[in-house]
Amino acid sequence: MSIQEIENEIVEEFSMFEQWDDKYQYLIDMGKSLTPIEEKYKTPDRLIKGCQSQVWLHTELTGGKIIFHADSDAIITKGIVALLVRVFSNHTPKEIVDAQLTFINKIGLAEHLSPTRANGLVSMIKQMKLDAFALQSNSKME
Amino acid sequence: MNYDIKKYRSDFPILSREVYGKPLVYFDNGATTQKPKSVIDSISDYYSRYNSNIHRGVHHLSQKASFAYENARATVQKHINANSANEIIFTRGTTESINLVAYSFLRNRLTPGDEILITEMEHHSNILPWQSLCEEKGAVLRIVPVNDNGELEIASLQKLLSPKTKFFAFTHVSNTLGTINQAKEIIELAHAANITVLVDGAQAIPHMQVDVQDLNCDFYCFSAHKIYGPTGIGALYVKEDILNDMIPYQTGGGTIKTVSFEKTVYVDGPLKFEAGTPNIEGAIGFAKALDYVNEIGMENIAMHEHKLLVYATEKMKAIPAMRIIGTAKEKAGVISFVVGKIHPFDLGTILDQQGIAVRTGHHCTQPLMERFGVPGTVRVSFGLYNTKEEVDLFIMALEKALKMLS
Repeated sequence: MSIQEIENEIVEEFSMFEQWDDKYQYLIDMGKSLTPIEEKYKTPDRLIKGCQSQVWLHTELTGGKIIFHADSDAIITKGIVALLVRVFSNHTPKEIVDAQLTFINKIGLAEHLSPTRANGLVSMIKQMKLDAFALQSNSKME
Repeated sequence: MNYDIKKYRSDFPILSREVYGKPLVYFDNGATTQKPKSVIDSISDYYSRYNSNIHRGVHHLSQKASFAYENARATVQKHINANSANEIIFTRGTTESINLVAYSFLRNRLTPGDEILITEMEHHSNILPWQSLCEEKGAVLRIVPVNDNGELEIASLQKLLSPKTKFFAFTHVSNTLGTINQAKEIIELAHAANITVLVDGAQAIPHMQVDVQDLNCDFYCFSAHKIYGPTGIGALYVKEDILNDMIPYQTGGGTIKTVSFEKTVYVDGPLKFEAGTPNIEGAIGFAKALDYVNEIGMENIAMHEHKLLVYATEKMKAIPAMRIIGTAKEKAGVISFVVGKIHPFDLGTILDQQGIAVRTGHHCTQPLMERFGVPGTVRVSFGLYNTKEEVDLFIMALEKALKMLS
């Protein structure tokens, strides 16, 4: 599935919820079901700045595709990270760098995201793209 | 006494708005308070009718603006019972007040090996200026610890006061724990050891009647926006003999008697520290805010907030896994808490969705968070317009959040 297709899928899932609490419950559940990152990857260099809660991101390149592993100490943040991992993982660095994410607005979360969290979200996306870009450059050099 | 909460609430236009379709419950007063209409109107009135630069013009508007600005200074003076309006410097707020003292008073008096004393419960704004000064001057920063209830350990304080101690800065009320420090006694101890004392009054000023002569502090700092006034203005009280012995913080227009390229002579009094065109409308709004709280009476406000504190604390204690951080005997209307292992950020988010505005995070007191072994807390802080019904709404919203998050 392309990034766009996964985004559409998420938008459809969220369209079923009319109430804010159902949306957030879904996000919380997604946070809970995200595979936790291995403890050894919870290092300061994998910590994303700009979040009120802590977010760790570990990025790997396998067979030309990027795999993201992420975690957070706050469950709602973890839910948001889980969405991003789902959207971005298993795509090429170029696809990730070029992606113009639209689902966050469409699922009606952006309007609820406070500036601190919105910044955290922006930092997360930026870091994922930076990691993808760095791994792409490295693999070209090899 | 009859505390006319309905009337007071109607004085604050913002309180009638909704958030996500739910009535706003504003419990983030420790961060900033809402503004009554009289304050908002005074600022608009200034710009509509007599906006002008102060202290320089001979024309009518300038005189009117200058009078309002100096009148505001007198209002601040009366509010904290300073001896003279010359002891009140307008600043951008508590943070600037503290930085001003660090630079204009202490910097030239500090030598290597000297000690500055602060406490474990200080806001970063009352840590960083001193830490930076210590680094510059080769001085040492010493810390008075707090006990498990979040009260200062007075025995440790007594031991830490030494001939090396040049300065002691502490908060009157902790923004995170709500602890009310016994400022008068603490100041007496420091003065007995011949140490100059600064009190960070940012959180005390909205919750109690402050009397700087009774406290006998050398410096007292606070911000207007925490006592229902505008942001960007605050005050620094300095005992007059100390003030006259301080160097300017910033230099520029409005601070001088005469300037030549060889030598500048500065004016006496607070204007020496107010370089440039000041925040005139801020000072006017500040004075209006003080008029407003004095009409209700600080004692009455303190009593009202104390009732809310007791009521909310009791209700919260009934919630399983609730841990209230800060259980001092003397507390202002501030409750910091965590529940089980739930991240404060998650609680804050779900509370926000229900129209409840609280603070989450470290509250600019990271060393204190470390002391209590938490990454952060959720903090509710009350203002004069909050009600028991709002506490009930908060408890309901909190229970819903806990259900969703556990």
